[in-house]
Amino acid sequence: MYLNIVFLPLLGSIAAGLFGRFLGSQGAAVLTTTCVGLSLCLSGLAFYEVGLGSSPSYVHLLTWMESDFFHANWSLCFDSLTVVMLVVVTFISSLVHLYSTEYMGEDPHLPRFMSYLSLFTFFMLLLVTADNFLQMFVGWEGVGLCSYLLINFWFARLQANKAAIKAMLVNRVGDFGLALGIFAIFLSFDAVDYASVFAMAPLLSGSQICFLGMDFDALECISLLLFVGAVGKSAQVGLHTWLPDAMEGPTPVSALIHAATMVTAGVFLLARCSPLLEYAPKACFLICILGAMTAFFAATTGLVQNDLKRVIAYSTCSQLGYMVFACGLSNYSVAVFHLANHAFFKALLFLGAGSVIHAMGDEQDMRKMGGLRRLLPFTYAMMLVGSLSLMGMPFLTGFYSKDLILEVAYGSYTTGAHFAYALGTLAAFCTAFYSFRLIYLSFLSEANGRRPLLLGASESSWPISTALGILAIPSIFIGYLGKDLFIGLGTPFWGNAFFALPGHLSLVDAEFMPTAMKILPVCLSIVGAILAFVLYRDFPQTLVRWKLSPWGRKLYTFLNRKWFFDKFYNEGISQNFLDFGYHFTYKAIDRGFIEMLGPFGLSNLSLAQGARVVSWQTGMLYHYAFVIVAGMLAFAFLSTMGFSAKLLALLTLASLALL
Amino acid sequence: MEFLQFCLLTTAMFFLGIGGIVLNRTNILILLMSIEVSLLALGLNFLILSVYLDDILGQVFCLFILTVAGCESSIGLAIILAYYRVRGRIRMNEASLMKA
Repeated sequence: MYLNIVFLPLLGSIAAGLFGRFLGSQGAAVLTTTCVGLSLCLSGLAFYEVGLGSSPSYVHLLTWMESDFFHANWSLCFDSLTVVMLVVVTFISSLVHLYSTEYMGEDPHLPRFMSYLSLFTFFMLLLVTADNFLQMFVGWEGVGLCSYLLINFWFARLQANKAAIKAMLVNRVGDFGLALGIFAIFLSFDAVDYASVFAMAPLLSGSQICFLGMDFDALECISLLLFVGAVGKSAQVGLHTWLPDAMEGPTPVSALIHAATMVTAGVFLLARCSPLLEYAPKACFLICILGAMTAFFAATTGLVQNDLKRVIAYSTCSQLGYMVFACGLSNYSVAVFHLANHAFFKALLFLGAGSVIHAMGDEQDMRKMGGLRRLLPFTYAMMLVGSLSLMGMPFLTGFYSKDLILEVAYGSYTTGAHFAYALGTLAAFCTAFYSFRLIYLSFLSEANGRRPLLLGASESSWPISTALGILAIPSIFIGYLGKDLFIGLGTPFWGNAFFALPGHLSLVDAEFMPTAMKILPVCLSIVGAILAFVLYRDFPQTLVRWKLSPWGRKLYTFLNRKWFFDKFYNEGISQNFLDFGYHFTYKAIDRGFIEMLGPFGLSNLSLAQGARVVSWQTGMLYHYAFVIVAGMLAFAFLSTMGFSAKLLALLTLASLALL
Repeated sequence: MEFLQFCLLTTAMFFLGIGGIVLNRTNILILLMSIEVSLLALGLNFLILSVYLDDILGQVFCLFILTVAGCESSIGLAIILAYYRVRGRIRMNEASLMKA
């Protein structure tokens, strides 16, 4: 059963990918959906056994590599954290599969699409069930690869190609950090499996590792390197630029990447490595700060984006920021709770957006929508549920985790935590604002779309509606239902999955914070939502005037152009690297150094010398006679000096130089 | 010390011949004569050594050398004659058709 959870999606993927032409579009779709669905059922059983029954289990498959101290297995480890991820991943993935059968139904390459989706799911499951860092890295790279294939699914589109390459390369920066982190782990621990590493972490607290003659604190260093990996995968500020561009793929792909898989891997890594992070307070501080900055940055950028999917992409980025700073504050269970909740409502939002886009004939610009609440009432309701949940309206799913994250931030008595609280609260306001802006512009405002499109717009058929309907249920209830299980005080659910030093826990402190501070994020959210609604309904002219005023224009451009991160990266970094590649490594080293001094240069040199020696053959008899006599004298001289090969070689070289 | 003086004489003759070959740039007959001089120097050297070492072999060699020198100069003169018939001149610095 435990094996089937992981390998059923792989089976579906292989069947759809290799035999898709025999199965046909519908066959491949049904097969892969069934496989992932079965995997979901088994994950539910695993959740019951491992999570609720408190019996973590471990499946050893085979030994992968063994060399001296180095020992890596292929084995699956199921503990509470893993089964939570399993349920989330397979649940969202099944619904995305179901949704895709309809959404991508017209596409001639549906089997390929379903195959990639299943492969993606398989790699994500491999990632979360790994019992050592190496196997986790396989999954890690696998989801990166599948994201490339999926973003690039319509490979004839230039934008999709560029976005996919960008996603792959930016992720690779983080993966490099992660690989270095794994090396550092092996260097310090002589092991790569979780059990050994986490058991030894306290012993290595404060020890040093030496790199390039400099000493670093081992655990701080490892934590930071692992965090670099998480930054790339979870699109934290610095390496976030790939995420909005990844919207070029089909909408179900965005849902899968942004809701349940891929981006959550970074948070999962941080949660999984909690025993390491706990002994690295400086790294934790940095994680907290960077997460808070991501939350704020992405939320402000989301305010003025006009692309429906891009707004949701930035909200993903922002919500991941919340999770990351919760990890930085040592509240791993809260972070994972938010991760699970976020997966449900973000999948709902993305799939809802896909439904809208489907109905509007692939129009993604919110300014050209509007008035869809009468045309797509069901989608409207679903999007509203998702948005309300996202902005943390009381008693919806998002409320229970998001507000708790802000509370524990306020409850931790450190500078970083209060910084995170301030930025997180502001981000909550922005989140509400852009969520309602999205709702208003696409559903409530006057219809701005093209007439034939609006006349033809209709609710999507049953697979899409079913997926949305099913997702809406956990988006509303899972927070309330899971609250006590996941983050209740002293809950036994997590067992040994997380480790937090007693001093770092701020759940209890959070209970005693001032009520005003507790309800501030919710109040700000409500204010933000109402403000967006009122501003866009009653004062659109004022908004335009603000936008066109000198300062307003600057601010709008700044936010709309994503704080100029892309501009800075393109012009400050990428262009310099490309120039370096062309001018230095290609022109100076390849063309210059190797061709002038290397084999090419050597052959040129000998050819030139040969030509000069040839010019000695003048045809004059006395020249020949002179050379004969001179050579004879030289040999006579040599033989009187004692004939040695070294001397001869020296003489030959000297004569060559003279020539 | 007579022996040393004889040897110096033959060496001087030999290098005179060589010098004639190297330094002479025009006249091919002088070239041939220089070769004769160096061969004569060699022959004389053989004779001197034969007397000095009291060994008849040197004189035998000298006879052979004389024969070879005679053959060589006759063939050389024949080549020069043939060359003269073709070119009408025998100046050595004009015989440089085989340049590289």
